[in-house]
Amino acid sequence: MSRSIDIKLRVNGEDVGATVPARLNLVDFLREELCLTGSHVGCEHGVCGACTLTVDGDTVRGCLMLATQANGKEVTTIEGLADSGQSTALQAAFTKRNALQCGFCTPGMLASALGYVNAGGAADRDAIRQHISGNYCRCTGYQSIVDAICDVIKETRT
Amino acid sequence: MTGPAHIFDKPNRYIGQPEPRADAARLLQGRGRFVDDEKLPRMVHAAFVRSPHAHAKILSVDTEDALSATGVIAIYTGADLAEHVTPYIGTLTHLTGLRSAPQHPLAMDVARWQGEPVVMVVATSRALAEDACELVDVDYDELPAAVNSETALDADTPVIHPEFGSNLAWERDVIAGDIDAAFAAPGVHVIEREFRFGRHTGVTLESRGTLCEYDPSEDQLTVYYSGQAPHMMQVIFSKHLGLPEENVRVISNDVGGSFGIKIHTYGDEIATAAAAKLLRRPVKFIADRFESFVTDIHARDHIVKAKMGITEAGTIVGIDFDDLTGIGPFSMYPRTSAIECNQVLNLTGAPYVMENYRAKGRVVFQNKTLMCQYRAVGHPIAMAIADGLLEDAARKIGMDPVALRELNLMADDSYPRTSATGMKLDDLSHKRALRKLTEIMDYQGLRADQTEARKDGIYRGIGFVSMVEVTNPSPMFYGIGGAPIASQDGATVRLDAGGALHVSSSITEQGQGTNAILAQIAAGVFGIALNRVKVTTGDTATTPYGGGTWASRGAGIGGEAMLLAAQALKDQVLDVAGVMLQTGVEKLDIRDGAVTDLDGKERLPLADLARTVYYRGNELPNDLNPELIATRHYRVTDFPFVFTNGAMAAHVEVDTETGFVKVLHFWAVEDCGRVINPLLVDEQIRGGVVQGIGGALYEECHYSPDGQFLNATMADYMVPMASEMPDITIAHIETPTKTSVLGAKGAGEAGTGGAPAAILNAVNDALSPMGASIWQMPMTPERILTMLDNAAE
Repeated sequence: MSRSIDIKLRVNGEDVGATVPARLNLVDFLREELCLTGSHVGCEHGVCGACTLTVDGDTVRGCLMLATQANGKEVTTIEGLADSGQSTALQAAFTKRNALQCGFCTPGMLASALGYVNAGGAADRDAIRQHISGNYCRCTGYQSIVDAICDVIKETRT
Repeated sequence: MTGPAHIFDKPNRYIGQPEPRADAARLLQGRGRFVDDEKLPRMVHAAFVRSPHAHAKILSVDTEDALSATGVIAIYTGADLAEHVTPYIGTLTHLTGLRSAPQHPLAMDVARWQGEPVVMVVATSRALAEDACELVDVDYDELPAAVNSETALDADTPVIHPEFGSNLAWERDVIAGDIDAAFAAPGVHVIEREFRFGRHTGVTLESRGTLCEYDPSEDQLTVYYSGQAPHMMQVIFSKHLGLPEENVRVISNDVGGSFGIKIHTYGDEIATAAAAKLLRRPVKFIADRFESFVTDIHARDHIVKAKMGITEAGTIVGIDFDDLTGIGPFSMYPRTSAIECNQVLNLTGAPYVMENYRAKGRVVFQNKTLMCQYRAVGHPIAMAIADGLLEDAARKIGMDPVALRELNLMADDSYPRTSATGMKLDDLSHKRALRKLTEIMDYQGLRADQTEARKDGIYRGIGFVSMVEVTNPSPMFYGIGGAPIASQDGATVRLDAGGALHVSSSITEQGQGTNAILAQIAAGVFGIALNRVKVTTGDTATTPYGGGTWASRGAGIGGEAMLLAAQALKDQVLDVAGVMLQTGVEKLDIRDGAVTDLDGKERLPLADLARTVYYRGNELPNDLNPELIATRHYRVTDFPFVFTNGAMAAHVEVDTETGFVKVLHFWAVEDCGRVINPLLVDEQIRGGVVQGIGGALYEECHYSPDGQFLNATMADYMVPMASEMPDITIAHIETPTKTSVLGAKGAGEAGTGGAPAAILNAVNDALSPMGASIWQMPMTPERILTMLDNAAE
């Protein structure tokens, strides 16, 4: 069966140590071992974006990274973004615009949006649409999501 | 005719307001509770060995190695579970002649589609269960498969259920007037096209899943269910697992998209419940994406040969078509797989005045994943047939497609009336919707732009659809045919001691904003601040009995029950207030959480009233029996369905070198009756449009000739992404339905039902200068280039 490996990492500002199967991917580790169920699993092959989270400040797919690859790294999930206040403005804008329906894509969508906003992305609808094209949403028409991201950029840069 | 005005006009007038959803904040913080987020003590996990063949005899199953694998708790074959689960058959009596064979949770002797569950492995983790699946040895004898629906009825095609003698599941003919005579009349042009609608599927971002817990001490099964109809599933688990209905509790917390996918009986979910009962411990099954593609119900898969007759002056004289649809090896239980074809037969051309109509539908078995009701059941086919032919006819007689619609649409003042197929129609606004559409899109401006662009070799097209949508279904939809599916819904509203309302309802939430609109209706009708209403849905143990959310029925039926309950509670509270205040109830109202005089002057806060009732009943007269809770139910009685209408338009650009279609903009004018929350309904319509665009341009389940699903990954099956979707402009016309006080009709499926026809028409408008046209969805670049090549030859 699969080999186990010891890892140490910081997750949402807390130190975590665990012994994990080598084959365990990061999002399953976060969901199953740490009960951080805000990161969702939609396709398990890096297409849908539902498991998008932040590792050492980079926006990554939690299903395309093994838990062992997060050894020594700093991981931030939707729970961490919310509790630290990093996503407060986006949360408010998503609520106001109804930029979510079932909410399954939402944590990943928010993480991608935050990456765009934090990188200084412009309130350019086409550019935002390009940026979030790695995050599938089956419920909205994407328009409210684009509106919400535009709102945040305009509000924070005026 | 829209009920007492004060419900919609007084303070706390939340109905009609763009109020944000209360549960958005929870989902945005990662605090959603989806099935896979649940963990229970002693929980184990299921994985399935699935048939790799479209059609194969199961000769033997060897589980010996798998049973000794790490973490394995139990392994079940089809025969094992058949001892504990009775088979189910997807037929309903009102669909006369529909036939299907008994289905078991796991295949018994024969596997009939690639992906059908054959063996269940339960282990301490999903990973270990999958490891053990690899060790299960199933010996198959592959059989010839019936894959292509066009040859399903041929004599040399294998018959999937030999006892039926053919692969025909159902057929129906609808005839009105004399179509042959109408087409043969002098001066009538007959347009004929063959439409092909590919198979696609829902791709809910949260895959199907269930967590089942069985407590033998109480013979109690609790099912955490990602789906739309908890009470329906309660009956199904009860009936087929041999449990009293009251001992089955079905709980739907957050549901990550459903769209009609998660409202059926899936073998893997039934097997999970059976395993939980046998093992006396919780068993979880979460479909992975491959399992979703090969087992979630598929949709569409129609081949339609259709004709429309039209006079030189532009009067439609009739439609004649033959619809052939493939449904996989069984009719899905319990809703059946004949409903979509039936809808196509019923709805085609329903917006138009038409005397003559002939439609034939045939539903055939094939060795593919089961097909059943997905969002906008039958509508995309029905709308594309009528409006595709209509715009083709407009080109033929040289008439503008909007003018041709104006000529043939039913007049807004002509209701109530029936369609050519006998559908009862009322409160529709086709002509106003079309006029509003052409205004908001600047139709003349777009035509001028089109002419200019063509000079530069840029091919843009404008396409329309005028549509109806079936919403608010009555018992005539399922209940009449024997399905355990409620057509009525209930709502309960309770005034708590703190002066807040607690509401529960049998309609369910999958992101539409069900909970939000229930709160808006309750707050507005009762007279309390919106943030003082708490809502419970999705639990058979705690909500009134009802159908759930499907067929665009939640707002119209569940919303009306909520309105009636809130009104009843208001009356009950005022009865108590009248005694406490020694004032006639006709002089009292409830506003902003207090009993007031009719002029709004506060007399008694609701918390004071409630605390007196609950804590200090000694202060009340002994003959006063306060009831601070009310329940009401509602069903549609005078109509089989409440139809809505809409008009939509697409603006596209076709790259004639690559065949790519870019949707530049999309407009939808929707008449869903009274709009309860425009913020929610607008984005729901947009989401529906995007799913419709997906079906029109991208989404297709590709099968090999031997029945292998070729693109069952999210990377290979294309769903619309943000970058290729247009902005979508929504406008409303509000013609409240007279069947209820609330006046709300459904809206959830309109976009999916109408958008494909509008996109088809826009693409064909763009292709028309080249003399090309396309009648197959999805309209892929390859197919468009083929049509362009054919036209050039």
